[in-house]
Amino acid sequence: MSELTPDLVRHLAGLARILVTDEEVNRLTEQLSLIVDSVATVNAAVAGDVPATSHPIPMANVFREDVVEPSLTQAEALSGAPESAEGRFKVAAILDEE
Amino acid sequence: MSELIRKNASELVDLLSSGEVSSVEVTQAHIDRTAAVDSAVHSYLHVSPESALATAAEIDRKRAAGEKLHPLAGLPIAVKDNLTTTDAPTTAGSKILEGWIPQYDATVVRKIREAGMPILGKTNLDEFAMGSSTEFSAYGPSKNPWDLTRIPGGSGGGSSSAVASFQAPIAFGSDTGGSIRFPAAVTGTVGIKPTYGAVSRYGLIALASSLDQVGPVSRNVLDAALLQDLIGGHDPHDSTSLPESLGSMVEAAKRQDVKGLRVGVIKELNGEGFQAGVKARFNESLRLLEAAGAEIVEVSCPSFEYAIAAYYLILPAEASSNLAKFDSVRFGLRKAPDGNPTIERVMAATREAGFGPEVKRRIILGTYALSSGYYDAYYGSAQKVRTLIQRDFAAAFAKADVLASPTAPTTAFKLGEKLEDPLAMYLNDIATIPANLAGIPGISIPNGLADEDGLPVGIQLLAPAREDSRLYQVGAALETMHEEQWGKRMIDFAPELEVR
Repeated sequence: MSELTPDLVRHLAGLARILVTDEEVNRLTEQLSLIVDSVATVNAAVAGDVPATSHPIPMANVFREDVVEPSLTQAEALSGAPESAEGRFKVAAILDEE
Repeated sequence: MSELIRKNASELVDLLSSGEVSSVEVTQAHIDRTAAVDSAVHSYLHVSPESALATAAEIDRKRAAGEKLHPLAGLPIAVKDNLTTTDAPTTAGSKILEGWIPQYDATVVRKIREAGMPILGKTNLDEFAMGSSTEFSAYGPSKNPWDLTRIPGGSGGGSSSAVASFQAPIAFGSDTGGSIRFPAAVTGTVGIKPTYGAVSRYGLIALASSLDQVGPVSRNVLDAALLQDLIGGHDPHDSTSLPESLGSMVEAAKRQDVKGLRVGVIKELNGEGFQAGVKARFNESLRLLEAAGAEIVEVSCPSFEYAIAAYYLILPAEASSNLAKFDSVRFGLRKAPDGNPTIERVMAATREAGFGPEVKRRIILGTYALSSGYYDAYYGSAQKVRTLIQRDFAAAFAKADVLASPTAPTTAFKLGEKLEDPLAMYLNDIATIPANLAGIPGISIPNGLADEDGLPVGIQLLAPAREDSRLYQVGAALETMHEEQWGKRMIDFAPELEVR
């Protein structure tokens, strides 16, 4: 059985910045427990000394030519922002007032 | 309804280049078809008839003036809505991106624009391509043109249903675990996931970056080859893009020779859990290939047993990271709770409102798989399984030039049937996922109808990395044998849709 508890699911949702209701936490705990139990079988597959693959076709140090290319203007970069001011992205306070 | 819409893309290309039909005629025929059937099929999230016709008229003018044009100039196309387009909203099937107009075109979109292909619209998908049915689209599911009560496959069910219902001659899909090939199988169309890196991912809204690949959706193998030849090749904007050319897929599709070719049947993908009609059609195709001079050999890939498990750790892990950018700051939805909330609370409220249930499940699962204390057991082990699967493929390709399996265990299931059971939904991709984990190319082509339900079945062919041309060669050969046997294309067996 997986170690998923409602408290852990609430914590994970917090880390992922997703607000969840108690009802959602309960449903997610149930669904994710089933999924986690199922995917945990990967442990049985890798008993020996097997290297990890992070990328199907490995490539290293990929750089483009160091030449100046056009990029987005400030107005273009801000065009999709929910809120902007003085040429910047505008967001809510980062720190609580207390 | 104009007969033009039923033609294969390659036929339309010939008619366009000889001047027998104009791009405006072809484009208008597809726009009319969408107006007549898409209220029932729901392939498109956004249609752009004005800009498509403008492009078409421009190509017609250039052709009349004798300008040199790309072979695909004037051929209309549908684009999956997780590819960015500067002149149409790009939502990835999510409420969090509703109404977003990107500031840049995906590389594949830029290439079709440069070739002069009118863009008919943006096609539906499961939210951020997470799903096998389009039922997780925030904008409602697409329907299977063969039976409107059934799923058109996913995530690219918008593209597959558009091509299967003659609303587009060809389309773009993206395939992370089968999102091109599974929809192709259940709608009687052709779908190809090229080798990882063969087609640029620049402008593809990333799901799992080490698995995603853009590819063609069509009604014919040669059609898909025409599109892959256009969109393939190195792109400096994608650091995983292959530096080398893979050669001409069109030439491979025209070669159609299977004499002496070794076809490996994957033992683990033709047994338990596969519908009887799927297996029957598969075995018949093996006999056709054999009669044409191919050698059928059995190969074993024992680690495939763990492929789905590894996939559902790697994908959520990468997705949880990729989707972190939807944070209410630079684009998309912002939802602020009452009062004077901090940015963290705004982000959490936005992501709660903007993401659907499957996306939330996978982000939280990925966050778990990557968290300290669990990382080695889950993500780490999954990456090792990936190595085992690559080794299985290497051993299999030592014995065979291409591998074959059914594309999916079943035909199209009913809408709603698997919606509440994520694990059952995940099993649809059992035959397609290994190719993504290993980065190799795969094609699904129409393989007849299952006896028990009369619905389309697909056959999947797999080749080693960079050997995409083998898929086009063998796929086109098998397609020709099928069409000779059936006396028509498989799509011509599809029931007529009621037109509005």
